[in-house]
Parts: sequence; structure tokens; C-alpha cells
Amino acid sequence: MSEEQIKNLEKQFEERIARDEKIEPKDWMPDKYRQTHIRQMSQHAHSEIVGMLPEGNWISRAPTLRRKVALLAKVQDEAGHGLYLYSACETLGISRDALYEQLHSGKAKYSSIFNYPTVTWADMGAVGWLVDGAAIINQVPLCSTSFGPYARAMVRVCKEESFHQRQGYEIMLKLTQGTPEQIDMAQDALNRWWWPSLMMLGPTDAESVHTEQSMKWKLKRKSNDDLRQQFIDQTVPQAELIGLTIPDPDLKWNEERGSYDFGEINWDEFWQVVKGHGPMNKERMKARIDAWEGGEWVRDAAMAHAEKKAERKIKQAI
Amino acid sequence: MSLALLKEHYTNKNIIMSTKNWPLWEVFVRSKNGLEHRHFGSLHAADAEMALENARDVYTRRNEGVSIWVVESKDITASNPEHNGELFEPAQDKVYRHPTFYDLPDDVKYM
Repeated sequence: MSEEQIKNLEKQFEERIARDEKIEPKDWMPDKYRQTHIRQMSQHAHSEIVGMLPEGNWISRAPTLRRKVALLAKVQDEAGHGLYLYSACETLGISRDALYEQLHSGKAKYSSIFNYPTVTWADMGAVGWLVDGAAIINQVPLCSTSFGPYARAMVRVCKEESFHQRQGYEIMLKLTQGTPEQIDMAQDALNRWWWPSLMMLGPTDAESVHTEQSMKWKLKRKSNDDLRQQFIDQTVPQAELIGLTIPDPDLKWNEERGSYDFGEINWDEFWQVVKGHGPMNKERMKARIDAWEGGEWVRDAAMAHAEKKAERKIKQAI
Repeated sequence: MSLALLKEHYTNKNIIMSTKNWPLWEVFVRSKNGLEHRHFGSLHAADAEMALENARDVYTRRNEGVSIWVVESKDITASNPEHNGELFEPAQDKVYRHPTFYDLPDDVKYM
């Protein structure tokens, strides 16, 4: 194809998206669109998969059966969300194995929030309430993104995610109605998860490299700073309602803006964790790789069994 | 093991890893009787039986279905969007296939 033909196709493509038409996997698309989507969707899928690890840590130690079935269901949902997203990503012509390889070799990123440890039961509350809360804010706009398979996967994910946040908040609520030690535990979890949750919504707009193009492709509908403000404005009253204090001395309602002003985010910490120096980066990757390699004989055995069954069927037919 | 060592270990391992990957399957679910099966997504499984079981866990965790079909993705023949013109455009100028094409008196009933 000549350069001019490609330019022409690109123009038509951008116009389709501007008209709110969806792009489907076999449609012509600019290579940059394909690569950007593979990158973002696979990061999203990896985050779901690695995101199971901090919570998996507490399944066997959940305080009641009610909490245990909820946590199990939540972790199972995350596996499901990872799978919806991987298969949506595969429609762009990259294999599942290549995607795993990118995760395991460190080439692909996942959400940095999962590189923090879950040290007490209250962390299950804070993670559901704050981390899933921030994730929902990020994900809801993606239900109308331009790439069809991604948008469809996000509709399913968002539908399922709301129970995740509610079960987390309920854990916090119960703790704040408990003994002084339980109240302290809830406050401690909020103290540790608040700032990483704010960072989860991405670097400030000034630092964000992908924003403009992503807005055009509807991979993003609001800027990181707007999403962060939305998260803060909706979460602060939720904390007040259960008697917890947001660990930010500069947090103040701004009458004029109709929003909360908040303190400086420690972006050095954010970039350190992104670069692999968070408290749990190494453990998370090791657990993930161990699971993949440890499961290899099971995958091989299943394949061998399937082949044997197929052969037997052919023999019987003859 | 350091992260760098881990990566190296994995990369080496990957080279000798078996290439027998589980094939890809497309999943169709009937939400309730009376409705058609609709495409829900895809998944990997060693055989059809496992694809059905995995589809149950991945796509119907909240009573989304009463029946599941799975078919290996490679067995689906799909039309090429680049040929949409010759495939679908011929239908566009055949307005006489629609009831509104025909002029009838306003007084005619039940038609």
C-alpha cells in the first residue's frame, strides 16, 4: 500500500471512531492502534491475574465462612476478568503464550498497587473498598471504548466488580463497629492503602504520555487527574460515615470548586514501585512464574489425554 | 533469586518449553430458553469437554446461561471486512424487499 493510501485509511478510521462506530478485530486498523490496545489490554489482564495474589493470601484465614465465600468468589471473578481480557487481546493477533511471556519476563507491566503487601485482615477490606473502587472509576468509561472486544469485556467486568467494592466496605464497616483493636486495624489499613490507591489512577496529566492519543481512541474519556478527583470526592464521605480518618492533613473541602483539595502525592514512590522496587514486586512475579511452571505438567497431561481420547474415537469409528 | 535471575531463568525455560498449547475455543451461551445462543467470548482448553467446563466457570458464574456451545476457533470461517462492499452492498438498493416500498391507499386495513 502506498503512503497516501495508508493516510487515507487512517483518516477514515479516525472518522469512524469519532462517529462512535466500534472497531472489530478483523477491521483494518493503524498499527499503532493495534499495538496500543495490545499493551493496554494485556496490562489490564495481567493486573487482574497478579491482583489475585494479595487476596489469595487471606482466603485460608478469612474470619468467617461468609467472608471466605465472598473472598473466594471475588478472586475467582478476577481470574475470569483476566481471561475475558486476555481473549479480547488475542483477537488482535497475539497468542496467549506470548502475553504470558511478556508478563513473566518483566516486559509487560501490571498495576503497581499489587506490589504492596496485605498484612492484616483489614487489608481485604481496604483493597475491596479503595483498590476496586479506584479500578471501577478507571473501568466504567472503558465500557464505551472504541475497540469492540475490549468494550464488551469491560461491560462484563464492571457488572461483576460492584460486589467487590461493597464486600470490602462491609469488612471495614464491621471492623469499625468492633473492639478498639479492630478499629485501629481498619484505620491502619486505610493509612497504608490510601496513597497507593490515589497513585493507581496514574501519573498527573502533565506527566502522562499516552493521554492525548488515548482520548481520541476512547481508551480514555477523562484525564488521570479528573478521575483521581472523582475518586477522592466520592471516597472521603464514605470514610467519614464509618468514622475513619483519611491520612492526609491537607485534605480540605473546597466550597468554590465543590471538591476536596488534597496533599502532595509521593510520585517518587510511585515510580520506584513501577520500576520494580516496591515491597512485593519480586514475590508477586515469583509466585506467578512458579504457578505457571508448576502447572506445566498439568497442561501437558491434559493435552496428552485429549489426544489419546481423540485417537480412541477414530479407532472405534474404523 | 533476584528479579534479573528470575527473568533469565524464565527466558531460558521458555525456549525449551513444549509448544503444545491448548487450542482456542469460542463460547456461545443461551441465556434462557426462547433466546438464541449468543457469542460470549473465547477460552483455551485441551478438548471440547474441558472447554465446556471452563466456559461454565468463566462465562456463567452468575446464572447467565442454560445452555453452552463451544467450537474450536479454527473451525469458524469468517467473512473478511475488506469484502463488505461486494458482500453486503447489493442489499442496499433493494428497497422493494421492504413493505414500505409499496404504495397503498390510506384506508386499507390490516396490511
